[in-house]
Amino acid sequence: MAANTGGLTAVAPSAVERPSAARLAVAANTGARPALAANAAVSVRGLIRGFGPKGVLNGVDLDIAPGEFVALLGPSGCGKSTLLRALAGLDRDVRGSGVIRVPDRVSVVFQDSRLLPWDTVLGNVTLGLREHAETRACRALAEVGLAGREKSWPHQLSGGEQQRVALARSLVREPQLLLADEPFGALDALTRIRMHGLLRDLVTAHRPAVLLVTHDVDEAIALADRIVVLDHGRTATVRPVAPQVGSAADAAGHEALRRDLLTALGVHTSVGTAIESAAGAAEAAARPAAAGAR
Amino acid sequence: MSAATVLERPAVAPHQHPDLADREDVRPAGRRLGPGPRRRLAWLLGPSALLLLWTVSSGTGLLDPRVLSEPWTVVVTAGELIADGRLQENLAVSAQRALLGLIFGTVVGAVLALVAGLSRVGEALIDGPVQIKRAIPGLALIPLLILWFGIDETMKVLTITLGVFVPVYLQTYAGLRGIDLRYVELAQTVRLSRASFIRRVVLPGALPGFFLGLRFAVTGAWVSLVVVEQINATSGIGYMMELARTYGQTNIIVLGLAVYGILGLLSDGTVRLIERKALSWQRTLAG
Repeated sequence: MAANTGGLTAVAPSAVERPSAARLAVAANTGARPALAANAAVSVRGLIRGFGPKGVLNGVDLDIAPGEFVALLGPSGCGKSTLLRALAGLDRDVRGSGVIRVPDRVSVVFQDSRLLPWDTVLGNVTLGLREHAETRACRALAEVGLAGREKSWPHQLSGGEQQRVALARSLVREPQLLLADEPFGALDALTRIRMHGLLRDLVTAHRPAVLLVTHDVDEAIALADRIVVLDHGRTATVRPVAPQVGSAADAAGHEALRRDLLTALGVHTSVGTAIESAAGAAEAAARPAAAGAR
Repeated sequence: MSAATVLERPAVAPHQHPDLADREDVRPAGRRLGPGPRRRLAWLLGPSALLLLWTVSSGTGLLDPRVLSEPWTVVVTAGELIADGRLQENLAVSAQRALLGLIFGTVVGAVLALVAGLSRVGEALIDGPVQIKRAIPGLALIPLLILWFGIDETMKVLTITLGVFVPVYLQTYAGLRGIDLRYVELAQTVRLSRASFIRRVVLPGALPGFFLGLRFAVTGAWVSLVVVEQINATSGIGYMMELARTYGQTNIIVLGLAVYGILGLLSDGTVRLIERKALSWQRTLAG
């Protein structure tokens, strides 16, 4: 820990390169580090971030292929959101170093829908769009099942609907990378399952690379192509999700993966089962239906 | 989703259910903490009660007419002054002064608030002087303004402007700086240009504060008006009242007060109406 803390260099934020996909620039202080993966949509090497004396990210390496769906799991406070904010370019005024490459078009979905309360649903989706803003926004709203709600105020929508508007707002930009920071964390279990289906459909249709930050193991298994566990500021376990896992056919494989991930998160299986029965009874009951829809 | 099961349930709310139709609602009455639904013309209740109290006190002789004229005397006086044209003439002059001062002050206050709120340089340059101005009573500036601008309209409108811009600045600035940082982050992630950021996020976000400032400003404009018209004027409602004081005409003084009161109430009501239309996206206790 002490060594890590000592290694945290106060680098000006501008030293963290955020080049476009076309021109790949490498910061001067990265000579010793492995090179960025050439074909990846997202490439992170030796990312270090700290608040105060404590290091939050202690040298994270991460690659996401174009169109790949990666879930980032970790207990709360482990630096998941810090990593996501670094990729989103929202971490100014934070100490740290490392090299990040992200595509040109990046969209972010936050845990709160973050709709401007003074703008209509349509106005929120067109935010920052230039060409054919309204046509594209209407199409995106129809895609998330909110056609006809364009003129509503955000406060007239339910929590799930608000989050669907946020999805429409992020996808209307045709992002090459979609960053989602616990986007369904504030929703009830049933709405969450519906949103999983919607997100899966949208991602299949638009094929962005996705980094989904979550603390929900089942959500990660249900959605991701690959699961990365963040532990003590490093990417600890990287576990590909076999395509059949998540379908009802391979319940045993699902359970094994689930157990492994919970262990990696420091939760013993028996405890994990207890948590599941306490917190996710409704979700557990509805899961076969959601999995069947996949 | 694919295997959705529809659970059949009677679509009748309990209180509409035939078996329960003649039963009383036995739920304990929940305590409602909000102020309840809005009622039309309810704002008239307070002023009407005041008028009633005045009428009754005068009618019963509790209030000496030499202290405060009776309401009916004031009405008769108003009729006379309207008949010879003095009331509307003076009212027009007063209203023009107040309106000009209000417009200039509002524009100056809002622009200064935007500059101070959006840039650190602007904040460093503007906020301090405005706070100093805020600490100096408007009336204390009048002698200096008279020396600089004489006693004509410029001095009067300027005094009102100086009284108006401070609350508009303060509330707009506070509203602007109170915009949730999460929206600023959002604007960054969708790569809003600076101009779009101001138009789509800053201005609408600062609008509630602006309207609060405007309501203070409207009242402030009338207050400043009274002062400038009673010190150095040859026209206006304040001049009319000042003249009446010289001749001991209580009825005209009270009429002037009533006119100021009505103007204040009407202008505040107008601002609130515009505010409610412009901020219809808000869901607050005000309803």
